[in-house]
Amino acid sequence: MAKVDFAVPELKEYPEIPALKMDAMAHSSPFKSKPEFQGPLGFPGELVENWQQQAIAKMGDLLGKYRSLRVYLDACVKCGACTDKCHYYLGTHDPKNMPVARQDLMRKVYRRYFTLAGRLFPQLVGAQDLTEDVLSDWYSYYHQCSQCRRCSVFCPYGIDTAEISMAAREIMDSIGVGQKYCNEIIAKVYRIGNNLGLPGPALIDTLEGLEEDVYDDTGVQVRYPIDKAGVDILLVTPSADFFAEPHVDGLIGYGKVFHEAGVSWTFSSYASEAANFGMFIGSYDNMRRLSQRIREAAIKLGVKRIVFGECGHAWRVAYNFLNTLAGPWDFLDPRYPVPQHICEFTHELIQQGKLNLDKSQNDDKVLTFHDSCNVARASRMGNYPGGQFDIPRAIIRATCNHFYDMDEETIRDRTFCCGGGGGLLTDDLMELRVKGALPRMEALNNVMREKGVTHMAAICAICKSQFTKVLPYYGMNMDQIVSVHQLVSNAIVLTPRDDDQDDDDDSDD
Amino acid sequence: MSFISSVFAYLYYFATLVLVVGLLNKIVQYARTPAPLKIPTTPAPITRTGVTLRMLREVVFFESLFRGNKWTWLFGWIFHFGLFLVTLRHLRYILEPVPVVITMIQPFGIYGGIAMVVGLAGLWARRFLVDRVQYITARSDHLILGLIVTIGLTGLFMRFFMHTDIMQVKAFYQGLYHFEFHLLPADPVLLIHLLLVAALLIIFPYSKLLHAPGLFFSPTRNQVDNARDQRHLAPWARRLEQQP
Repeated sequence: MAKVDFAVPELKEYPEIPALKMDAMAHSSPFKSKPEFQGPLGFPGELVENWQQQAIAKMGDLLGKYRSLRVYLDACVKCGACTDKCHYYLGTHDPKNMPVARQDLMRKVYRRYFTLAGRLFPQLVGAQDLTEDVLSDWYSYYHQCSQCRRCSVFCPYGIDTAEISMAAREIMDSIGVGQKYCNEIIAKVYRIGNNLGLPGPALIDTLEGLEEDVYDDTGVQVRYPIDKAGVDILLVTPSADFFAEPHVDGLIGYGKVFHEAGVSWTFSSYASEAANFGMFIGSYDNMRRLSQRIREAAIKLGVKRIVFGECGHAWRVAYNFLNTLAGPWDFLDPRYPVPQHICEFTHELIQQGKLNLDKSQNDDKVLTFHDSCNVARASRMGNYPGGQFDIPRAIIRATCNHFYDMDEETIRDRTFCCGGGGGLLTDDLMELRVKGALPRMEALNNVMREKGVTHMAAICAICKSQFTKVLPYYGMNMDQIVSVHQLVSNAIVLTPRDDDQDDDDDSDD
Repeated sequence: MSFISSVFAYLYYFATLVLVVGLLNKIVQYARTPAPLKIPTTPAPITRTGVTLRMLREVVFFESLFRGNKWTWLFGWIFHFGLFLVTLRHLRYILEPVPVVITMIQPFGIYGGIAMVVGLAGLWARRFLVDRVQYITARSDHLILGLIVTIGLTGLFMRFFMHTDIMQVKAFYQGLYHFEFHLLPADPVLLIHLLLVAALLIIFPYSKLLHAPGLFFSPTRNQVDNARDQRHLAPWARRLEQQP
């Protein structure tokens, strides 16, 4: 484990609402973006000269474009219902990590420049000019929000801090103050096709390796095709699925499910990324450009359906925004929703009895499930509200014998963020990530002690990467986090096909 | 005395004008600002009827707040329900003839007044006792609480200890409809009560009291969860599509 220069919070049996510790995380802020990452996204390379003026103008622009921002900056009554709901507040004790206080960093500027009361009586209503200190606070604390929307569940007006932190990041980008991690990644997608910068040949190589591994393992030839035109399904998955652990075990599972379903499918090297970091930086333009790649790939490959792999915010963008950003999808098969989640696909097969699952293959594990925030609170699966909670659980129950949920207060729509979402999954924010994971770690620790849980399944690439990194800080093992489709992959009994015997002969393609 | 009555008459014309124009202005602004993306907090209803019911539960029962914090919910709901009853009770001053329902509600309006003050006291106490709430409280939050508590207390004082001539008060307000200025009772508690109510009407469109119309425009609460079935496109986003 890396050297720790901060105190890892202690896990308690019952969650505690901490007392305020002023400026406890004022020092936390991610590396700033460089001009070469800013340019491709359409942002100035460095802080522009008249930045205050431009920032206020941008805020005015956004206030006219987003009803959420306008209403949420006006409506808050400071009731305090959200104050103990943010995992970053619970883990860091910094009052500016209370959702309302985070919003107030922008609200006080909004009041000063856009409301009568703030222009006339700034002291009275807590209005403030946009100074360098305020901007520095913005950069620090709007990068301590993972846009998980837990606060919005409990707000009597549904105020969503994510909307405000997205707007703040968009304003900062527009004056040349970008965050390196997000912006570098988005530029990489434009250049290469995915967040990790894996070029087509590397993907082909990886997938061929996987085909061999699965064949050696099972004796069945499962295909992992890429850029194959004329197939039924385009599978779009986070690029971490191609090689990170435990992500890749989930990807192996997707292929096995498609194999059993008997459908033809393919990845695309052009749209080899489900993640859409355009959302994290609140940029409609960039989010749209990233989404358009999926449309282009679908048209080029002539597919009939689009299915998304396990990824939280990607599913939010896919489920809720893709129709807006890259639709209409009238050229796809109208019998299926666009897009579908891989869990919806697998669940349907299970219900139809089309998958032969041997639960005992997962008997070495006692499972629990981590609801990923963007799936739980910002999207849906299936055809009724809350399907996003039931479908992954149904898959887990169908693939293993031992499953226990964590404390009700910490799952479903009250789930806690893993601590690394919203564009914060970067090593320069390690302290924040470890502390922000506290509420989830506490709930996991409790269910481990009470029910003997050994593994936690997730359906989000960011959650998986975050937990892999953070679990050891809390004295747990990094391999306790697993993909849901990894469980499917373990349990599935594959049906051999004709081409399994003559694997060495490539003429069957 | 007639001077003070005239001042109050003009004040109430002004306050009503500010309230109506200011509020309409805000409502039009909210309505005209598009919500470019589907952002309902899920699980969310998948039909319009479902959304109406969700909104109704929020408005009547403060459903989300109930899940968020029981004490704030309790005091907040007591206050708002009390305020609702008090408002109904007071309609007798501005309506003629007084509808039967309003006549029947009169005794409950008194309990409402007590409930209002109790609820507000609880909410105000939280601003001192809970360190997190204290941190987020601005001076204006105390002022608005003070304003409404004083309105409530002066109202109750007149009901229980120092009655005023309510027929004369009613005549004053009825007169305003026809630009006739009647005298208000020369009663300091009443004048304070009415002055503060006018102040409340005036600050409404310029303060956090905008949470009342705001709730109805909150996209996380008022959107239908149907993004895959229906394409949702804001006018400014549509223009992007027309560019190459």
